[in-house]
This record gives sequence, C-alpha cells and structure tokens, in this order.
Amino acid sequence: MRLVNIRPGRQTRFYLLALPFLLVAIAYFVGSGARLAQNPNDKLLPALPSMVQAVKQMAFEVDPRTGGYLMASDTVASLGRLGSALAISTVAALVLGIVIGLLPGANALLGPFVSVTSMVPPLALLPILFIVMGLGENSKIALIVIGTLPCMIRDLAMKVQELPREQIVKAQTLGASTWQIALRIAMPQTLPRLIDVLRLQLGPAWLFLIAAEAIASDSGLGYRIFLVRRYLAMDVIIPYVAWITLLAFLIDVGLRVLQRKAFPWFASVRAE
Amino acid sequence: MSAIRFDDVWKEYGDHIVLERITMEVEPRAFIALVGPSGCGKTTLLRMLLGEEQPTRGQILVDGKPLPGEPDADRGVVFQRYSVFPHLTVLQNVMLGRELRDARFTGRLFGAARRAAADEAMKLLAEVGLAGQESKYPSALSGGMQQRLALAQAIMRGPKILLLDEPFGALDPGIRADIHLLMKRLWNETHLTVVMVTHDLSEAFGLATRVIALERQRNRPEERERYGATISRDLEIFPRRSAELRSPVQPAPIGTTRSGKEHQPGRPGALVLKEQP
Repeated sequence: MRLVNIRPGRQTRFYLLALPFLLVAIAYFVGSGARLAQNPNDKLLPALPSMVQAVKQMAFEVDPRTGGYLMASDTVASLGRLGSALAISTVAALVLGIVIGLLPGANALLGPFVSVTSMVPPLALLPILFIVMGLGENSKIALIVIGTLPCMIRDLAMKVQELPREQIVKAQTLGASTWQIALRIAMPQTLPRLIDVLRLQLGPAWLFLIAAEAIASDSGLGYRIFLVRRYLAMDVIIPYVAWITLLAFLIDVGLRVLQRKAFPWFASVRAE
Repeated sequence: MSAIRFDDVWKEYGDHIVLERITMEVEPRAFIALVGPSGCGKTTLLRMLLGEEQPTRGQILVDGKPLPGEPDADRGVVFQRYSVFPHLTVLQNVMLGRELRDARFTGRLFGAARRAAADEAMKLLAEVGLAGQESKYPSALSGGMQQRLALAQAIMRGPKILLLDEPFGALDPGIRADIHLLMKRLWNETHLTVVMVTHDLSEAFGLATRVIALERQRNRPEERERYGATISRDLEIFPRRSAELRSPVQPAPIGTTRSGKEHQPGRPGALVLKEQP
C-alpha cells in the first residue's frame, strides 16, 4: 500500500503522538546520566530528582525574602502582562480591522500605514519604550501590543474583505446601514476569525513578554529564568521553560475550544 | 409593485463597452427573464438595477424616479450563492430584515417586538416549506432549501422589486421544479416586480411574463471591445401571463373564481403579507 493511503488508527495515532516527546526525554536523560556519572556536580543537564527538588522549592515553599510562592507570583505577573496586552490588542484589532476591512475610505487611509508599521521590528522599539514609559509595567505591555497589533489588524481587515461581496449587498437590500452591517454582519463573522488571528499571535506575544522581562523587571517567568541563569541553575530553568510551554499550549487549546463552542456555525464555513 | 424604465442605458468599463442602447419599459408586477450567452452583460444589467453599479450613460427610472446609487430595501435580491448569512440560524436570517428596519441602532429586537417578528418569520418559513428547520444554520440545509430561505429572507423585508441572479442554476432538476412552483406562488401572492437572470431557457419561458434576450450584434474580434450587447429579442409570453391581482377590498367568495380558490387568504398555503406603505 502507498504511504499516502496509510491512515493510523486511534490507538496508533496516540503512540505516534507520544513518540517524539518520549524520544526527546530519553535523549535528555541518557545524556544527563552520562554527564552526571562523570561529574556528580555537573549543572548543565540536571537529573529528574534535582529538578523536582527545585520545583518543590520554587512552587511549594514560601520564599523567605518575598514571603510568597515564587513560581505562582511569577506566573501571575507574566500572565497579567500578557493578558492585559492581548486584551488591548484584540479589542483594538477587532475595531480597526472591521473599519479598515469594511470602509474603502478607511482602507485607503490606514491600510498602507498599518502594513508599514507591521514591518517595524518591535524589539528595536524596546529602548524607546523604556526611555519614554520607564521600566514599569506599561512599557512591557506596550511592547507586546506594538508587536502584535499591526499584524492582527492587517490579518483581520483581510478576513473582513474576504466576506463575500454578495453578503454586504444583501444586507443593504434588507435595509442595513453601514453601522448595522458592521454590527450584525461583519462583527459576528469576524469574531471566530479573530480567535484564529489571536492564536497565531500568541507565539510573538510570549516572545516579547520574555524579552521585556529579561531586560528590565523584578518579577515574571522571563525575569526568573534570566536571573537564575547567573548561577547556571538549569534545574530551575528547564522546569520553567516546560511550564511556560504548558501555559502557552493551554491558552491555545482554550481558544480553540472557545471558538468551537461559541461559534458552532464557523467550522462548516471554514471547510468551504 | 414598481414600474422600471431603462432610458438608453450604456455601461462601459474604460474602453470596453459591455452594454449599449438598452431601452425598455417594465410594467408593474411583471416577471422579466433576462437570457443570453455568458459574458453578454445580463448580470451587469442586474447589478445596475440593484444599484451596485451605475450606468455610464442614460438612466434607470423606478416609478418615474431615478434609481438611488446604492442598494436599498426597495430592491430585494437572491444570488446563486452567499445569499444567506452563515452565522445566523434560519429563523434569524428571516427576521434580520425586520430587525434592521425597526432597530436602527442595535439592529436587534427584544421582547414583544421580537416575538411578533419571529411569529411572522415562522409563518413565512412555513410558506416556503422550511417549517421545522428554523434553528438550523444554513450550512445544514441543502442548496434548494438555502434558496428557499433566501427568498423568504428577501420577501420578509417587503421589497417592491425582486432581483434574482441565476438563483436556481445550481440546483438539481427535481428540486428546481419545486422551487419554480414556489417562485410562481410568491410572485402571485406578493406585490413584486421580478427581474430574473437565467441561462436556462425553459426556466425563463416557464416562469416569466416576458423574456428579454441580450446579445452582441457585432462579434468579430476587432469589434468586441467597442460594441456592447443590447436587447436582441423581447418576447411577450403567449398566452399572456399576469400576476393574479388580489382585490384589496373584498376577496371573492371561495369557489366563485379560479383565482379566488387558488389564493384565498387564510387557506393553508396562502401567503398573507402586508403591503409595505
């Protein structure tokens, strides 16, 4: 049988899915074991027990200096920044995307401007943000917004323009004003697409968050891993990276479920 | 119920003439079928009637007044595809026109007004044979049902003119015959002037009161750009067909006339619609 025709069954699919993860884990622990056999004080590839120990200390023991749980407070700080930045980006992208996508005049006015601003490398703006807004929360949130917003607006405006012209004409023959077209036709059909756009921007958003925290911060997941880097504390860094990955993955899954539950009509539209 | 008048209408795109010398009168409550080979400007003509495109020369008059430059609620439309909104259920699709008319700011009705609109929409859905489908999304409907829904949605808003752009072209023959019957009934029972673009001649002759053929008179390659299509045939259907006018005062008693029997208000299957002021 040709490879293109071989479809794995449910169970095989599960094993196949687990295989790469398993291979990476095995490679790591083999390497770690070999290094630790040579030098029990090696810090580069810590064994599982020392990572468990580090997580226990970071997550479940009160930090004597701050009086809190470090991992929890880091997570809260980071997710707070990420959440508020993405909330700003999402709302602004929804409004501007619909305006640009629906109104030819607004497209002529803002379309090229948004395209150009989406080319500015956001990290190059970070020094400017730190100078203008200081080292507090605002500059970090601003970086994520600047990094994600132009792309989101551009993508979303494109999605609005992809709505069949017939729909916009039909709405007018039902007596809809521009405002009503935006409210009843464009926005409800843009919301599920907004979730797609947001999911695509999650990666960049995390990148800008970690970068901003690494450079100037006193809390957050990115701050922590760059802080303990000085002590080569791989037993903290690796679990933190895994934790960040898990958070990003869960947010992505959450958005996908939200899309499916809140917009049951969308799957068949996308399949067309 | 509107008369339409084309007064020496031309449509050009740059140097390319698509339509030329279109002059015709359409009487109120006519059912016009526009036929012709593909690329002859049938759809362009319909889009000009819709207000989506403007004539380059000449003008189109509806009831003696120049056509507004954009689509409005006086002219309903059913396209071959994308005529219904995929994010609204069947019932919401039909109610939409009413909600847009009565709620200028929110575009949504609530409470008693919503229930009244929903009741009316449900009646209309039963008329077009979509009873029981009201909570489905359009993607769950067959092509024929989607077009029935599109007709109901357009009619709910009470347009004077209904424009159909190859509305039944993608349907299976059996389903098409059913929807033709529905189309005839809707035309008889509402006050619509209908203009339908089709490339199915039997559909054109089966439904319309008048069949208008568009054709390019000059078709040599060097002439194609500079000469557009124009009306080549204007055929009144014989025996003469006309919409059955319902008496606004007193309907004839049941059984006294054939038309009275066919379209007695209140009889199951009859379409009861208020005329828009």
